[in-house]
Amino acid sequence: MNKETVIRRVFKPGVFLLCLIPLAVIVERALFGGLGANPVEAVNRFLGDWALRILLVTLTITPLVHLGGWPVLVRFRRMVGLFAFFYAVLHVSNYVIADQFFNWGDIWADIVKRNYITVGMGVIIILTALAVTSPKAMIKKMGATRWRKLHRLAYIAGIGGVFHYWMMIKADLLLPQIHAAILAVLLGYRLYRSKIKTRSL
Amino acid sequence: MLIKQKKSSDIASSEITSKSVFMNRRHFIQAAAASGLIGSIMTPDMADASALSGVGKTPYGKGLTPTDQKLVTSYNNFYEFGTSKDDPVDAAREFKAKPWKVTIDGEVGKPGDYNFEDLVSPHKLQERIYRLRCVEAWSMVVPWVGIPLADMLARVEPTSKAKYVAFETLHDPEQMPGQHRRVLKWPYVEGLRMDEAMNPLTLMAVGLYGEELPNQNGAPIRLVVPWKYGFKSIKSIVRISLTEKMPPTSWNRSAAREYGFYANVNPEVSHPRWSQAKERIIGEGYFSAKKETLMFNGYSEEVAGLYTGMDLSKYY
Repeated sequence: MNKETVIRRVFKPGVFLLCLIPLAVIVERALFGGLGANPVEAVNRFLGDWALRILLVTLTITPLVHLGGWPVLVRFRRMVGLFAFFYAVLHVSNYVIADQFFNWGDIWADIVKRNYITVGMGVIIILTALAVTSPKAMIKKMGATRWRKLHRLAYIAGIGGVFHYWMMIKADLLLPQIHAAILAVLLGYRLYRSKIKTRSL
Repeated sequence: MLIKQKKSSDIASSEITSKSVFMNRRHFIQAAAASGLIGSIMTPDMADASALSGVGKTPYGKGLTPTDQKLVTSYNNFYEFGTSKDDPVDAAREFKAKPWKVTIDGEVGKPGDYNFEDLVSPHKLQERIYRLRCVEAWSMVVPWVGIPLADMLARVEPTSKAKYVAFETLHDPEQMPGQHRRVLKWPYVEGLRMDEAMNPLTLMAVGLYGEELPNQNGAPIRLVVPWKYGFKSIKSIVRISLTEKMPPTSWNRSAAREYGFYANVNPEVSHPRWSQAKERIIGEGYFSAKKETLMFNGYSEEVAGLYTGMDLSKYY
């Protein structure tokens, strides 16, 4: 097998299956009574955690390409990003279906009144726009510059995701702080790089 | 002539165990315990659960279905043992709730350090089945065992200056690992207005489900104020102070905009994080609907009078 075949036949399916592990875990818990006293809350936290984690992983790919010199990683960015979207959609579905049971009045009140839900919905809108424009054909259709500009919204989604997490915690901010620190490094790297680029021009 | 009428609840003399048999049995049990036989048969859960005796039934909670005991004892907000609700059941396993002392001071005629037993044993234990509504918009029904706080306070003779009751949880990071991190300012403190403390609903709980309080539920003694959000019901109490001034309370100190001193369950006053109009009932399945939250958690009849004339959206 040449390198291309290995990527297509081994690594792509491998990463795909890896990204499905959280889903398998939560389904297993749901089927075998592992969701605890408050299943709706447990599912909600779990899916939200993984959506944010995978979003941060997506944002780690480009710095790794630059710093590690592994250009091949870029080819996984779209898939991993789509999985972040996938878990975010499940997270919102759990909220709309299991938590609120399509009570649109209550959902709207939440979006308007509760900052973390307002921000969370904003993140979902961004991720949807990025997912819809993620096929290669869209780059041609939109033009590479415009496409790249739009996809910089992934940074805003990352910031929004961490804020959403931070704001819903009552007192113990350790985990949101860790996520914020990781995000700060990832975005800080991009800022640093763009400064160097403009200086060298 | 005296004719003894047999009641159905009378025990036939043939049913009474003879003293010799009784002593033999005791002997056997003691010997078995000494040899470790019983210990090896009993699971740790059985050994922990010591049943409380002489608990009087009360009409409180008629018609309520208690939440599964396993859920009540495994889904706990008790930050002293970790900030995740499944932390306390494990982290509190080694907690020593015996011996225990409660300091009672401030505006009382009989201040002092009271042994747990001295505090509790003069009273008859009562079972009270209460709704428990967490500020996080979930709820349970818990069969508590305890003593009305009013009865306990009466024995220490509050002075006329006593306007509030302040409570304090144990501060011992060695035993309460959650206190190593300052997620809240330790020790946890809570407070009630005197009339709230003296309300017949307000309970000092020492047990639930007919057994001693499990560590993760606030052993050995905790407050239960069923018409207020759960965080008012402070756990593992080591100090009760009667004061003239309104005492500080932990969550209010942490985020005053979110948590007030009163913290009465009120579906009309929403919290910045949660609408308080509805609640999720613990123990119902994934697809069950939320239930409408009741004013004062369903205890309006008993407590609404405490707040007449108060703007409850201001004094939340």
